[in-house]
Amino acid sequence: MQAIQLQWIDYTILIAYVAFVIGIGLALSRYMKTSADFLTSARSIPTWVTGLAFISANLGALELVGMAASGAKYGISTAHFYWVGAIPAMIFLAVFMMPFYYGSKARSVPEYLKMRFDERVRALNSFAFAVMTIFASGISMNALAKLLHALLGWDYNFALFVSSGVVLLYVLKGGLTSAIYTEVLQFFMIVLGFAPVVYLGLKDVGGWHSMNSALQTVATNPAAIYLKDAGTTYAPNAWTSAWQPVLAGPTHNPMGVDWFAMIFGLGFVLSFGYWCTNFLVVQRAMAAKNMTAARNTPLVAAVPKMFFPFLVIVPGMIAAALTTLPDKGYRIPPPVIAQANYDKAIADVKNGNAANIADDLGKKVDAGKITSLIAANTASKLTDTQIEQGLYNSVAENDYDGVILSLVKKYCPAGLLGLALTALLASFMSGMAGNVTAFNTVFTYDIYQAYFAKGKSDAHYMWMGKVITVVGILLSIGAAYFASMYNNCMDIIQLVFGFVNAPLFATFLLGMFWKRTTATGAFLGLFGGIGSSALFHALTIAQGNTPGIKGGYLKVVSIFPSEMAQNFWLAAFAFIACFTLTLVISLATSRTKSDADLKGLVYSLTPKIVDNNAPIYQRPAVVGVVLLIVCIILNLIFW
Amino acid sequence: MGLDIRWPIGLMFTLIGALLAVFGLVKGSESVSLGININLIWGAVLLVFGVLMLLGAIKGGKTPPSA
Repeated sequence: MQAIQLQWIDYTILIAYVAFVIGIGLALSRYMKTSADFLTSARSIPTWVTGLAFISANLGALELVGMAASGAKYGISTAHFYWVGAIPAMIFLAVFMMPFYYGSKARSVPEYLKMRFDERVRALNSFAFAVMTIFASGISMNALAKLLHALLGWDYNFALFVSSGVVLLYVLKGGLTSAIYTEVLQFFMIVLGFAPVVYLGLKDVGGWHSMNSALQTVATNPAAIYLKDAGTTYAPNAWTSAWQPVLAGPTHNPMGVDWFAMIFGLGFVLSFGYWCTNFLVVQRAMAAKNMTAARNTPLVAAVPKMFFPFLVIVPGMIAAALTTLPDKGYRIPPPVIAQANYDKAIADVKNGNAANIADDLGKKVDAGKITSLIAANTASKLTDTQIEQGLYNSVAENDYDGVILSLVKKYCPAGLLGLALTALLASFMSGMAGNVTAFNTVFTYDIYQAYFAKGKSDAHYMWMGKVITVVGILLSIGAAYFASMYNNCMDIIQLVFGFVNAPLFATFLLGMFWKRTTATGAFLGLFGGIGSSALFHALTIAQGNTPGIKGGYLKVVSIFPSEMAQNFWLAAFAFIACFTLTLVISLATSRTKSDADLKGLVYSLTPKIVDNNAPIYQRPAVVGVVLLIVCIILNLIFW
Repeated sequence: MGLDIRWPIGLMFTLIGALLAVFGLVKGSESVSLGININLIWGAVLLVFGVLMLLGAIKGGKTPPSA
């Protein structure tokens, strides 16, 4: 694929956006007087702002790219990551957990753990979180810089340094408030930048119903567009129904998952573990101006979150549908292939060496398409461009991560193109600012203040917060280079974080709702949970993978139909292990905190919040139930 | 905090919307996708959104929204 050419208007839009986010940082800098202003926004922000920031911090560039990719690979079932894997957990956070986070006056999630349990649990959580945040940020930066390099021809280093430089500037000036405010701006940028692409794509494919009928062709023969191995076939609704293919069993849906893993593994363990305990998102709600605002933050966020599938997943479905319609001249892009390889392959097409072409391109090719390309060239000489286009269409592999930008390129004229690319950059920056602001708070309060420099002046912590912001961004850049050089190491690191995160929610659940949970129980339970997820991974594997980094390196005890199923079951297993261990060890050890110590930290010891005097639309329980009903209706519509 | 976020959002989208719409008007032939002048239409949408945000900010004065 040719690099996209940007015009002056595209650059103008991009620069206007950058100027505004930096401007917000500058405008806020005069309010940054204490470390609390800088690191926690001093609990001053209205609900709709924290709500949109909550969702925007989570909506990184990788999610935009990845969800479109999954939309093409799995169809509407991908929406489960939203309707099952996010909404219920967000509502639970708002109604049941926010009162403890906000009410305890903790400045971070690790600090809550210290109040509820002890220093050991806090240390484990804060170190793991700090390291994980840096790597997550680095992985995302690396992916974005590569994407910009492949599609716009921008220099990798330039893309990396300029985009992180912008984030550094506005976070350093305006702290968490600046990150939250710009996240709101970025939220609108992302929605308004991608909406026209979805609209144009749907229009091109002939509307929703035409898209669905094209996707039925995909489902019955996914190998035709290189989605699955030859011979795989599904019921016609495998891409267009969210639940029926999952209920039919793992061999009947392209994700290869069963309903139990979907609901318990994704919908309960992974989802609650992320949304209810990850400081990156919880921090946004903790910045709200009062308890009601804090509790309503995840609820405000749930509204757009519920409808995001139409913005981020539908483009992938459009791409798969378009690929089956020959007259549209579109395919899900193949992996990026260097021009030199194309040139070699073009020469071989001209010489009729069909057998060499796969080697020339370094990819699998569709032999039938190559034969007819050579035949067409023999019949009447094709131009090099035509041959290259033919080769492009013959590559029998897909680069799903390229889906979203290939649609942007196809539909956006100069102007709109700038807007869509700015939206992509905005999603990248919102994700990165989220990571950086969560990192600097946890590092300053939970690591630096807790273990290295107790009892210094506030000005000192403010200064440290700023230093850590710079360090955090530098470390992220380092992690991005590391990711670009040692892809395999990155896989291992992500794997380890999967182990660390999987059991986490069990600790919170028991800690918040069972006063008998002891610090030792929580600490050892967490370790046990982490250990058992590593063990589970060492003993299981997904079909088609070889034992090693993908699992099963000790002994293959069980084989799952897909990696996704393996992940969901791993999470379920780790949760149960952590839950049981924490429970048993807590009963075996004596409590170190009295009921009075735990007031405001545990459900049964905290006075119930009476929000009867708030208007009905501001009561979290009421709003939560309404949102849950809407979410169920969405599931039924796409049943 | 003393800044109403609707100001920058409103200003930015008003600016970008106006820019896109004018570009669509002046360079109609370069702005067409699937037979519609998408720059003009979407520029107008952004413009309206931006102006609504600005109106909200003006009406809200210095007090942040109560929601």
